[in-house]
Amino acid sequence: MAEAENKNVVAPRNAQTGFVFLPLIAGWLIPGAGHFLLRKWVRGALLAISIVCMFALGLAMQGHLYANAHEILEMLGLAGDLGSGLLYIIGRAMGLGSDSVQLTVADWGTRFIVVAGLLNIISAVDAHNIRTGRKL
Amino acid sequence: MFTPSHFAAVLLFALFASTVFGITQRETPQKMFRYGLYCFALFVGSAIVLSWVMFLIAR
Repeated sequence: MAEAENKNVVAPRNAQTGFVFLPLIAGWLIPGAGHFLLRKWVRGALLAISIVCMFALGLAMQGHLYANAHEILEMLGLAGDLGSGLLYIIGRAMGLGSDSVQLTVADWGTRFIVVAGLLNIISAVDAHNIRTGRKL
Repeated sequence: MFTPSHFAAVLLFALFASTVFGITQRETPQKMFRYGLYCFALFVGSAIVLSWVMFLIAR
């Protein structure tokens, strides 16, 4: 009886062996890496280009990288920035985005950097969904 | 320093965000492309509409 029921269970799509959270963590640290691990080359490349370009343009516009969280808005900005993973860590290590925002363009740049981090989190979760079979 | 116009910044933002939305929110390449275009049009269209609304309010 139990065997008959097991035969009817459909295996999840894209079922793979290994650490299930690896694409999620890799995708967070390096934009697109989660999709590359799952051999979704084109999707990974488009995601990586979009997120890295957005982050780089934000810095080129003299956007600010949040470093502390004394106020609620800074806390939210820091959470968004941290979504960029290694991009944020490397940017901070190189001292980028540390100037205070004085131009309107720099304010847009700050938003570009925060949104790049948020988009990276979305793409890392997408890689996790593909890994677990929830998505093709 | 990169100093785009406000509209160029909107276009760049919409391009990158809609690319990620299209890929992550749909399953097949055709649906991804169509949803990406839809998001891009909504981003840019809403920016233009809101700009006109703010312009008319400020007058």
